[in-house]
Amino acid sequence: MTKENRHLIRPYGDTTGDGMVQVSFTLPIKHSKVADGAALQLANKMGMEPAMVVHSKPMGDDFTFFVVYGQVNHLVDTDKVQVVERDFPLLTPKEANAVIKETLRRPMVVVGACIGTDAHTVGIDAILNIKGFAGEKGLEYYKEIEVVNMGAQVSVPALVEAAVTRGADAVLVSQVVTQRDAHLLNTREMSAAFREAYPAGERPLLVVGGPRFDESMTTELGVDRIFGRGTTPAEVASYLVHRTTMKEPAA
Amino acid sequence: MRLDLDPRTIAQARALAAKVGDPIVELATKHTTVAVERATLRLAGLAGADPDGTPWVNHLVDAVRADIGLEHGIALPVWQALAARNNDLTRLAEEAAAGQVTFRLPEGAEAELAAKHAREAVGAGIARLDASRVTRERMIAETGDAPRKPWIYLIVATGDIYEDIPQAQAAAREGADIIAVIRSTGQSLLDYVPEGATREGFAGTYATQENFRLMRAALDETSRELGRYVRLTNYASGLCMPEIAALAGMERLDMMLNDSMYGILFRDINPVRTFVDQRLSRQIHARAGIIINTGEDNYLTTADAVEAAHTVTTSQLLNEYFAKEAGLEDWQLGLGHAFEINPDVPDSFRLELAHALLAKTIFPDAPLKWMPPTRHMTGDIFKGYLLDGFFNLAGAMTDQGILLVGMMTEAVVTPWLSDRDLALQNVRYVMDAAGRLGEDFHPAPDGFIANRAREVLGESIDLLEKIIDEPNGLLDAIADGTFGLMKRPADAGKGLEGVAEKSEAYYNPASDILEGK
Repeated sequence: MTKENRHLIRPYGDTTGDGMVQVSFTLPIKHSKVADGAALQLANKMGMEPAMVVHSKPMGDDFTFFVVYGQVNHLVDTDKVQVVERDFPLLTPKEANAVIKETLRRPMVVVGACIGTDAHTVGIDAILNIKGFAGEKGLEYYKEIEVVNMGAQVSVPALVEAAVTRGADAVLVSQVVTQRDAHLLNTREMSAAFREAYPAGERPLLVVGGPRFDESMTTELGVDRIFGRGTTPAEVASYLVHRTTMKEPAA
Repeated sequence: MRLDLDPRTIAQARALAAKVGDPIVELATKHTTVAVERATLRLAGLAGADPDGTPWVNHLVDAVRADIGLEHGIALPVWQALAARNNDLTRLAEEAAAGQVTFRLPEGAEAELAAKHAREAVGAGIARLDASRVTRERMIAETGDAPRKPWIYLIVATGDIYEDIPQAQAAAREGADIIAVIRSTGQSLLDYVPEGATREGFAGTYATQENFRLMRAALDETSRELGRYVRLTNYASGLCMPEIAALAGMERLDMMLNDSMYGILFRDINPVRTFVDQRLSRQIHARAGIIINTGEDNYLTTADAVEAAHTVTTSQLLNEYFAKEAGLEDWQLGLGHAFEINPDVPDSFRLELAHALLAKTIFPDAPLKWMPPTRHMTGDIFKGYLLDGFFNLAGAMTDQGILLVGMMTEAVVTPWLSDRDLALQNVRYVMDAAGRLGEDFHPAPDGFIANRAREVLGESIDLLEKIIDEPNGLLDAIADGTFGLMKRPADAGKGLEGVAEKSEAYYNPASDILEGK
C-alpha cells in the first residue's frame, strides 16, 4: 500500500487487505439446509463474498441463529468520515480553575440531572461526582465549579427552576434510557423549556450526554453540545470553561 | 459452599437491625396513606375507572378526604354512606365523583355497624388472596415445580401485553422458571393504578389487574404444557405499593419486587409514605404466599460495589426485619444482591464470591435474588458474555435461589431473541458443568474470601450502630445519602401529601384482619 492511499482501508482479519468480517443474526425460519442457504444469501447481499455460515442453531421451532464470517470488498475512505472533533483545548483541573477565576471572577455554576423517567445516574455521576470516571476526578473536585447534582428522574420544570434560582452557567443532562427514542424526546422537551424560560442569548449552556446520542445532532435537539460514550469529566469541564469564558452567547 | 462466621456476630447484626427498624414500624403504624385506603377498597371489591381512566378507588378516597380528611380512614365513612344510601361501592364512587355524596364520620352504634360491614367486604378480598394461594399450591402439586435451583428469571418488556404473552411463553419454553413483566417506565410515580389490558407502554408494560390476569392465565397454560409451574413476577413499588400488592395477590402473581427503601432512594418518594405503604403491601404478600424480591442490587449501580458492599448487607438485614414484622416467612424473602464489582479490580471474582457467600450465610433459608452485571457491561458483548458466565458461576457456587439471567447486550439494546437464547445457554452450561462445585470447595477459614466477608459484616454492624446514634435513626441515614449515595430527607419527596397521621377513630379492616385482630 502506498503512502498516498492510506486513507483507503478494508477490514482486517489476519492479513492486510483481507476484508474479513463476522456478523451474527437470526432469521425467522426453521433450522434446515434452506435456512443456512438463506443466511448465506443475506451475507452475500450485505457485500460478504465469499461468506461462510460457521454456526447455525435452532431457537425454538420457528427461528434460527447464525454466525457468519466472510470477506467484504468495500473500501472505506477515512478522508470522507465526518465526526465531531474536540474543538477546545483540554485543560487540567488546575488550569480550568485558573481560567474561571480570571475570566468569570466567581465560581461557575453547573446544574446536572437525569431528566424524565430515567433513573440511570451512572453517566451524570461519572461526570459530576468527585469520584469521577476513567481516573479523572469529577466536576465537584474543581474548586471553581459549583455543582448542583439533582440526581434521577428530575422533571424538566424542576430542572429549569433550579437553573434559574442557582444562576446556572451550564446545565448537564444525562440520558441513558433510549427505548422509543426517550432520550431524544426528553432532550427536545428540555431545550424547548429553556428557550421559553430565558430571554434569547441568556440561557445557560445546554449539554447532554449518553451512550446512544449522535454527537452531530446539536441543532436538531436545540442544545449546545452532545457528549457520547466514554466522555471524561476533564473533557466536559474544558468545554464548559471554553464556552463560558469565550463570551460567545449561547445559541 | 459455606462460610465460617461467628453466629454471635450475625445475631448482633440482626438485633441492631431490629433496633433501627423498630421506630420505623411504629411510624408506619401511626400513619395511613391514600394508597393504603385505596388498597382497602380494592380488597373490598371496588374496581374499574371512569371514562377518563381515573380509578373509582381514587375518586372515592379523594371524596372522603375532601369531606372529613384521611386521618380516620375511609372504611367508616364509606360504609356509613353505603348503608344510608343503600348502594354498592361502584355506585357510591360514581355519585361521590359527581359530588352527590357528603361523607361524615359515624359514631357509636352506627360506627360499629359500618365497621362490621366494612370488615365483611374486605374479608371477601382477603379470602380471594387465600384462594389464590391454595390454587397456586394445588397447581404446583399437580403440574410440578421448577426442576432445580436457582430458579431462572427472565424479563419481558414490550409495552404491549398481547406481545408480552407469546414472548413470556417462549421464554418459559426456553427454560425460564420465572417471568417478570417489567413495568412501563414512570408507573411508579403514578398515584393510581391504570385499568384494563394495555398495549402502549414505555420500556415496559403497565401493571394493571387485567394485565396480571391475562399473563397468569397464559402462563398457567404453558405450565401445564411444560409440566412445571412457571412463576410470574411484577413490581409492588412506587406510589401504589399496597394496591398493586392487593391486585397481585388476588390475580395469583407469585413474586413481587418489594423493597423497603427503593422508592425512597431511586424514585424520590417520601420516606414516610414508602414505609407506611410498604408495611400493608408486605402484609398482603405474606397472606397471599407471594415471594418478595428486594432491591439491594440497585445500590451497586450508583455506588461502588466494593466500597458499598456493607450497605447491601445492612439493607438486607433491614428488609428482613420489616418483612418478618409484616408476617413474611424466610422462604418468601428474595433478598437482593448483585455482581457489580469492576472486573478490572484485582481479585474481583473472589470479592464477588465473598459478598454472595456472606448473604447466603446470614440468610440461609431465604431464596436470595442474584442480579447480573449491568454497570460494567460496556457494549463489548464478548467480554460481557464472559462476565455473565462468571456471574452464573458465582451464583451456582454460592447456592443462590433466584438467578436473573444476564444479557450480553445489557446497555446496548433490549434483549433480542438470540440474546436470550445465548444467555440461557450460558446459564445451562455453567449449571451443568459446575452447579455442584460448592460441595467440593470451602473457603479457607482465614483466607481472602472469609476475611472479606467478615470485614463486610463488621462494616455493616458499624453502619447500623451509626444509624442508631442518629437523632432520627434510619430517616436521618436516608437523608444523609447512606444508601446508594442518594440523599432523601423525610419531609420531602413525592407522595408526601398523601400521608396522614391516624386519628383515635381510625379504622381499617384490612390491617386488622391481616394482623389477626
